[in-house]
Amino acid sequence: MIPELGNFSLMLALALSLGLAIFPALGVRTQNVVFMRTGSSLALGIFFFMLGSFFCLLHAFVNDDFTVTYVANNSNTALPLPYKISAIWGAHEGSFLLWTLIMSGWTLAVALFNRSLTTDITARVLAVLGGLNVGFLAFLLFASNPFERSLPFHPQDGADLNPLLQDFGLIVHPPMLYMGYVGFAVPFALAIATLTAGRLDSAWARWSRPWTNAAWAFLTIGITLGSWWAYYELGWGGWWFWDAVENASFMPWLVGTALVHSLAASEKRGVFKSWTVLLAIAAFSLSLLGAFLVRSGVLTSVHAFAVDPLRGVFILVFLVLVVGGSLFLYAFRGGLSKNRANFSWQSREAFILSNNLLLVVSAAAILIGTLYPLFYEVVTGGAKISVGPPYFNAVFVPLMAVLFLFMIFSPFSKWGDTKLGLVLNENKWWMLVGILGVVTTSYFFGNNVFFYGLLLKSLGALILFFLVKNLLQRVKNLSASYTGMFLAHSGIAVAIFGVVITTYYSEGKDVRMEPGDKLDLSGYQFEFFGVEKVRGPNYLADQGEILVTRDGKKVALLRPEKRFYPVAQDVMTEAAMHVTPLRDLYIALGEPVGEKAWAVRVNVKPFVRWIWFGGLLIALGSFITLFDARYRAMKEKAAKLFPLGVAT
Amino acid sequence: MKPHRRQRLAVILFLLTTVGSGVTFMLIALNENINLFYSTEQILTGAAPKNKTIKAGGMVLEGSVERSPHNLEVRFLISDMQGHSVPIIYTGILPDLFREGQGVVTEGMLEDSGNFRASRVLAKHDENYMPPELADMLNEKHVQNKSWSKMP
Repeated sequence: MIPELGNFSLMLALALSLGLAIFPALGVRTQNVVFMRTGSSLALGIFFFMLGSFFCLLHAFVNDDFTVTYVANNSNTALPLPYKISAIWGAHEGSFLLWTLIMSGWTLAVALFNRSLTTDITARVLAVLGGLNVGFLAFLLFASNPFERSLPFHPQDGADLNPLLQDFGLIVHPPMLYMGYVGFAVPFALAIATLTAGRLDSAWARWSRPWTNAAWAFLTIGITLGSWWAYYELGWGGWWFWDAVENASFMPWLVGTALVHSLAASEKRGVFKSWTVLLAIAAFSLSLLGAFLVRSGVLTSVHAFAVDPLRGVFILVFLVLVVGGSLFLYAFRGGLSKNRANFSWQSREAFILSNNLLLVVSAAAILIGTLYPLFYEVVTGGAKISVGPPYFNAVFVPLMAVLFLFMIFSPFSKWGDTKLGLVLNENKWWMLVGILGVVTTSYFFGNNVFFYGLLLKSLGALILFFLVKNLLQRVKNLSASYTGMFLAHSGIAVAIFGVVITTYYSEGKDVRMEPGDKLDLSGYQFEFFGVEKVRGPNYLADQGEILVTRDGKKVALLRPEKRFYPVAQDVMTEAAMHVTPLRDLYIALGEPVGEKAWAVRVNVKPFVRWIWFGGLLIALGSFITLFDARYRAMKEKAAKLFPLGVAT
Repeated sequence: MKPHRRQRLAVILFLLTTVGSGVTFMLIALNENINLFYSTEQILTGAAPKNKTIKAGGMVLEGSVERSPHNLEVRFLISDMQGHSVPIIYTGILPDLFREGQGVVTEGMLEDSGNFRASRVLAKHDENYMPPELADMLNEKHVQNKSWSKMP
């Protein structure tokens, strides 16, 4: 009964979404204010029914309703309760339900917080969001329904959640990521709305900014959590793999980063408006493209696409409609804003332009690398290739190095024109001290000196130095926007240190160890005591015991596990870690390789936590910008600035 | 030239060089970093290049896995189940679901001796899994839609 209720709620939500896509738009067309204002109540209705349907699936999971196919495939009576809940988004159907729920949440948020927008723009934005809701809900209902039952012959117990996903990381990672992906729908909808209305003014940019920053912050958290999760749960200590799934989230992030910056220029100086609109379209299109490419399985193999033709075709049609439609509209209306750009090549506008250029080029490079195997397979009639991390590193890292170079001076840049030579001249000695500092510390503390590493670390140090110097000049008069920028940029510098130091100075060994064996690595001694069997709620494990000492003093007793999940017939590696801000000790069990001998991976990873700490700083900074006084004052100002602005 | 024209020219030149060097980088990097997949039959008949990073896939033959008693070196045979088998040498930790009789894809170099020295071994977190390349090769429709297990 409850699953049917969930299904029914989805249908109601679909019907209301159709209404949302149609009525406000109709209102705009016929100048009917009543119709235009139907948006808010429809959005509330959609969210209500989506939430209802989500709780129905939650109910099915918590109560082990294995008549529901999706529950039977992804849960088990022995699964601990938190994982039963997170199992809702553990596979395709349910995660898409979460996606759509979040979409309806953003739609409702727009319906609630639109005071500074004119009634007709609000109506247009909500109509676009309604259309997107229709697409997602139709896909959910007709091509990936989580409420399908397998009556009358349903399994007695479930097939269990993929053990990889039985983890805290998976509870929080997908919701954050989807908040980001779907959040880009708001600037997208606003871009489409302003294009159709033909009014690309700075009110549009000002309204778009907090939404874009919020979505981008969520995406940043999502990616950071994903990297952290991959690091400890996939068991092998890597934190980024340039895997198609990661690229799918990274491309919208890069374009979103460009959007966050170009919106600033559009708002403050009225420049790059058409470009900003295009970025808004691109960020959301890439979210869709990435998420759907991953879901359709087309990246694993062109042939996997045919596993479920309905899904594949649906996705393609939806993508073509959204991307093609918006680009078509852009082609006709995008050139509307005619403003003469008036800035020097040393101005903040120029800095933002180069930021955008570099970010978009790197996103394009990643897109090409991700899709290239697909083209290759189609063109050659089935030959398989893969594009590995070396490609992505070779392209991405130099581009970022140039970006960081610009980033150093960006806090000092001024709208219109900057006396860059002056800034350089004032700080040349400090810059020299900074670079020399990096070089000497690397020389004394690193076992090797690497050109790339030195370059990037110097850039990171200089970014931090100039940020702090700039902060000291402004400390009496800090706005939320500035504080946010400061935190986000320092987050980048912190992440640079993390990435570079981990990449170049990590030490690791895969060794065969018998009880009593010792291994020396990076000044630590690891002694293996052997492996014993332990039992978890829904798994059996071989648990190793390793004592870590430094100069004869105990540092930690680590217990990595190799878990076997009988229901899923799956094996999982649970690494054990000892964490300090300056380094991780990371131990994972491989497989038994003899009577009592095991393959063991031992890693010492300096500064690895800085990568994720940097990511969180970036997100925090972006969230702080939302509290800028400007946006609160917007409501009052809007009415004065725009005579059309009848605040709802 | 008027100053604003000169500025515009500078901007355009800057754009062109950035985009140009970006594209060049990309093409060079793409050319250098593509790994082609070869079947065991192609490797045995000499169609696969030697001493170049490639991928090879097949089923791990039952009873072929041999471990060194001293270190993590492991040798096994992969086969297309039609009589073409290639010896693989790998040193390191095998993925969790590496089993005899299971499909794997290995990445590494084919040596002059005919041995394939793997630097990575990929298997999947799914016992019914068969690598897509392999599935295509054997003309089976076993392709599954899950992500690769990530190994360093």
